[in-house]
Amino acid sequence: MKIMRTIRLALKNIRSNKLRSALTMLGLIIGISSVIVLVGIGTGATTNITSEVASLGTDILTVSVNTDQGLTLDEVSELSELSGIKQAAPFANVSATVSKGASTGSMLSVLGVDGNYLDVRNYTLSAGREISFIDLDNQSKVCIIGADVSQDLFNNENPVDQTIKIGGDNYTVIGTLTEQGSSMGTNADSMVLMPVTTAQSLAGSGDIKSLYVQTENEDAVNFTQLATENYLKTTLDASSDEISVTTQQSMLDTMSSVQDTLILLLAGIASISLLVGGIGVMNVMLVSVTERTKEIGIRKSLGARKSNILVQFLIEALILCLLGGITGILLGLGVGSAAELLGYTFTYSLNIVGIAFGFAAVIGLVFGIFPAYRASCLNPIEALRMD
Amino acid sequence: MIEMKNVSKTYMIGDTEVKALDQIHFQIGKGEFVAIVGPSGSGKSTLMNMLGCLDVPDEGEYFLDGIDINNSSDNDLAQIRNTKIGFVFQNFNLLSKLNALENVEVPMMYKGVSAGESKRLASAYLERVGLQDRGKHTPKELSGGQQQRVAIARALSCEPQIILADEPTGALDQKTGREIICLLKELNAQGQTIILITHDNNIAQQANRQICIIDGQISEEPRL
Ligand SMILES: Nc1ncnc2c1ncn2[C@@H]1O[C@H](COP(=O)(O)OP(=O)(O)OP(=O)(O)O)[C@@H](O)[C@H]1O
Ligand SMILES: [Mg+2]
Repeated sequence: MKIMRTIRLALKNIRSNKLRSALTMLGLIIGISSVIVLVGIGTGATTNITSEVASLGTDILTVSVNTDQGLTLDEVSELSELSGIKQAAPFANVSATVSKGASTGSMLSVLGVDGNYLDVRNYTLSAGREISFIDLDNQSKVCIIGADVSQDLFNNENPVDQTIKIGGDNYTVIGTLTEQGSSMGTNADSMVLMPVTTAQSLAGSGDIKSLYVQTENEDAVNFTQLATENYLKTTLDASSDEISVTTQQSMLDTMSSVQDTLILLLAGIASISLLVGGIGVMNVMLVSVTERTKEIGIRKSLGARKSNILVQFLIEALILCLLGGITGILLGLGVGSAAELLGYTFTYSLNIVGIAFGFAAVIGLVFGIFPAYRASCLNPIEALRMD
Repeated sequence: MIEMKNVSKTYMIGDTEVKALDQIHFQIGKGEFVAIVGPSGSGKSTLMNMLGCLDVPDEGEYFLDGIDINNSSDNDLAQIRNTKIGFVFQNFNLLSKLNALENVEVPMMYKGVSAGESKRLASAYLERVGLQDRGKHTPKELSGGQQQRVAIARALSCEPQIILADEPTGALDQKTGREIICLLKELNAQGQTIILITHDNNIAQQANRQICIIDGQISEEPRL
């Protein structure tokens, strides 16, 4: 028997029972679309973070200390003298109201940094100059502003050498950053950078608790990590719990293991929902076999072999599942795109779509085979006697 | 062409044995028009199922066209039903979702006739039973007599050696019934072997041979 005719017959049967077919597919549609959406948003989120981590460079160590007393600037520069370390960039995060002239201003993130910071973060200036040693020594009231801040306060004017108010004091703008986009949870475009010494006096605290350390050699990053840890422990008399020195690689590893766990978890949830969907398909196919006992008897009396009947019902289950699968994939992509409009990152790969489609097919076969087999084994005489 | 050799079929109903067929022995040749008659419950339908290879004997042997039915596989039996036998049932047994043309095509589909060819043949057989303009109608849209004609066209579609009709007029009024019998007689006149089961003596008279079954046994076999 030609396969095309069987497919047409199956479509006819599915169409003749539209509501039931739709309800049967619903389980699969929900299962498959939620896989696409969840995996898409999950990988989207982790990929985002991963690319941010990677963009920082694998030769960077992120240091944070959690002791009562942080590092002094002298200790930071002593640390940067250690062998294997190219430079250290301390930073202190404070918040302050930033305004210009008589305007009310807004609360912005103000970062106290030294001259190395821009280099370590790969930030570039669109105008003006960097923060110098003299600025640090003098606690100069100068600042570098992000692209968005510049746009907000100065529109298209050149901000360099203009004055803005930070926390009530006047500061001279010495430079502007090129547009950076957001990265690692901070958005450089809406930030204000000032000498770390100035920021310390603004915040009223003289400790450094976070810094980036750039190694001279990417391959020696683990050695440098140890050296940094030892230095911090002896200098600050701190325990391992109180300091953290992380390589970008270890963050990447953590991210990828988080991602793996996430995907495993989602796959688990998805399998369960697909299993439930599959049982629904089997249930409906069994009902359908019972309802069509007479038809099966007639077909057998007209010369249908067991295999003809088996294939007929199997194809019907398969088509039902594939239709459900395709609808689920489309729905999932649609919901994912909608989520993207709401600001989530949604990524999907052909892999996931392919796997979802394959899964639907496997469910059709696995849960369709039993009802189809039952149908093929019906005794034609008894089947014909049914009404 | 048909050889039944001491065929028996026993059903167990609870603890009691029911001999639906008991030592049935007869032969039917090519081109015959045979009526099988007998009271209700005498085993006519059981015999018909046996003749149609839907069932196999418990005892005895059945040869159809020289083929030993007892030693045929399920698939062989399906193929025999497909190509050697055409069933006509009391309640027509058309597939309700298919139209008349598609119903006639079903046996040819299982035989492996190509779609175009089977469509062509199906229209020809519908024309043969006088329903050339009803091809697109579903069974629901046809009268009982028309449905039975479609069933006969379907039975003819694979050019079977035998047409087996189990009370083909049982669900029809007298006039329509007579027309169906007329059609069967016409087919027989063209050489088609026909075995007909009936209660109706008038109809049985039209056959050229009667086999009477009582309590699963052949009681007499008068020749006309
Ligand atoms: N599947 C079955 N299980 C048990 N007993 C059966 C079965 N089929 C038939 N019988 C019994 O076999 C006997 C013959 O039945 P059959 O249907 O062949 O009679 P029939 O001659 O066709 O009757 P009718 O004229 O009413 O159609 C009956 O006694 C019936 O009860
Ligand atoms: Mg009967």
